[in-house]
Amino acid sequence: MTAAYDIAVIGAGPAGMAAAATADGLGLATVLIDEQAAPGGQIYRNIEGAPLADRAVLGADYEAGAALAAALRGSGVDYLDTTTVWRVTPENEIGVTRAGAARLISAKHIVIATGALERPMPLPGWTLPGVMTAGAAQVMLKSAAAVAPGAVFAGCGPLLYLIVGQYLRAGAPIAALIDTTPRTNIWRAAPLLPRALAAGNYLAKGLAMMRDIRRAGVRVIRGVDGLAALGEGHLRAVGYSRGGRRATIETEHLFLHQGIVANVNLAMAAGCAHHWDARQLGWRPACDGWGRSSVDGVSIAGDGAGIGGAQVAELDGRLAALDAACRLGRIEVAERDRRAAPLHAARRRDLRIRPFLEALYRPADDQRVPLADDVIVCRCEDVTAGDIRAALALGCPGPNQLKAFTRCGMGPCQGRLCGPTVTELIAAERGVPVADVGYYRLRPPVKPVTLGELAGTAPSSDAPGGA
Amino acid sequence: MFETRRSPGPTVRIAFDGAPLDVAPGQSVAAALLTAGVGATRRTPDSGASRGPYCMIGVCFDCLVVIDGQANRQACMVTVRDGMRVESQAGAPDIAP
Repeated sequence: MTAAYDIAVIGAGPAGMAAAATADGLGLATVLIDEQAAPGGQIYRNIEGAPLADRAVLGADYEAGAALAAALRGSGVDYLDTTTVWRVTPENEIGVTRAGAARLISAKHIVIATGALERPMPLPGWTLPGVMTAGAAQVMLKSAAAVAPGAVFAGCGPLLYLIVGQYLRAGAPIAALIDTTPRTNIWRAAPLLPRALAAGNYLAKGLAMMRDIRRAGVRVIRGVDGLAALGEGHLRAVGYSRGGRRATIETEHLFLHQGIVANVNLAMAAGCAHHWDARQLGWRPACDGWGRSSVDGVSIAGDGAGIGGAQVAELDGRLAALDAACRLGRIEVAERDRRAAPLHAARRRDLRIRPFLEALYRPADDQRVPLADDVIVCRCEDVTAGDIRAALALGCPGPNQLKAFTRCGMGPCQGRLCGPTVTELIAAERGVPVADVGYYRLRPPVKPVTLGELAGTAPSSDAPGGA
Repeated sequence: MFETRRSPGPTVRIAFDGAPLDVAPGQSVAAALLTAGVGATRRTPDSGASRGPYCMIGVCFDCLVVIDGQANRQACMVTVRDGMRVESQAGAPDIAP
């Protein structure tokens, strides 16, 4: 089969933008496919046109995305925006929908750079309108210049503090920051500190973020349990217990965050092998040092290959492109390795911060797996932790059988929001390692595609009958 | 309630459940509804509970609405357009003829 492109990159965040621009620079015919209307992914979302009157609100790290977007725009890459990928076939064809029309795009090599999503934080009332992720609050800021004054932020992790800082710079008062970081984490993180110090300026930036929050006089509440979103039809208040006393904070907005996990749906549906990362508390694909997955001709770059952050994602993208160029015979192995050496070195340095961050901000067990039976785990199908425990008591062996028992994971999100909870819940109930529980078997289409769109799918020009 | 921190500029007119809303162009339907004070945008097929936008990045599917007659559209992934008709989605959507 003659492919339409040498390389297809899926996702226009830091990894995807860097991979596409690098591949183009190496003379590869490159297509970059992305679901958003503009490049940037989530971390650099709306980098070309953030509507905030004062962009400084978003911070200096955000501006790092401008150079990536400019390099992409200045390249010969075929950039397909507002285009949804719903499958990657074993023949390296990519099923896409754009403006209501579906088609297949073929490429000799595919780089999946679909990034991450926020780890679910299932607690009573988290499905109420008004409860959103902290990342969603940031999307509102970046894409709509909108803030919710008087909001409560709850959870743990660097991104939570970053977004709180952005709110403060935007002049939006915060009712409270409920920090759910377990107090004992510091003891597991401390031995990892020397290595983290070798990772450049991450720690200094983190300390500055915490200092800004402290100086702004934000009400920070620690050592809580029983965190709950309260209200009927819409969030009215946030409840928690502290020191044995129950308290509530009236608010219309609660923003939750407890770290991010790789967005694995497309890579899993493409057949790439994955494993459970017990430190990151998430599934990640098995990849070699160049991002090559277990599927021939498919690489995975950026946070979708395991959480490393924006700088690592950019390096991942460049490395995957260099390796693809080598695999396709565009450059020799020696040249690939020569060009990659400084990228590998920078990547190793940046990753030194991760074990420290993963230990310090490891979310509490009972915030990942709800103890109360009435907490909804599967938002799509309204399946509670109690429903899942009841199915397990009846002999349901795993996540895939759980679908038949409860419909858990069978809604439109295809398990993205319940999957991490479900595997950990089953492991906890069974007393077995998460790796033994496994994950949902994911199949294409990984995003909804209408029958009309499918019926009208044009085969890729060189693959008769390929549809 | 979300407040906007953008400089005043042109708007486009959309309708939500029949009510006209003048909103800034270039943003998603979900962002436009949230800044217009709309919190709940659908009811779930199972329990009928109210839901609204949750993740804003296209992964949770809680912001499903009917856009120009087509059900199950992700409000956070569709950009507003002048004249767009948006309706909240109640329970299981009807199958289009």
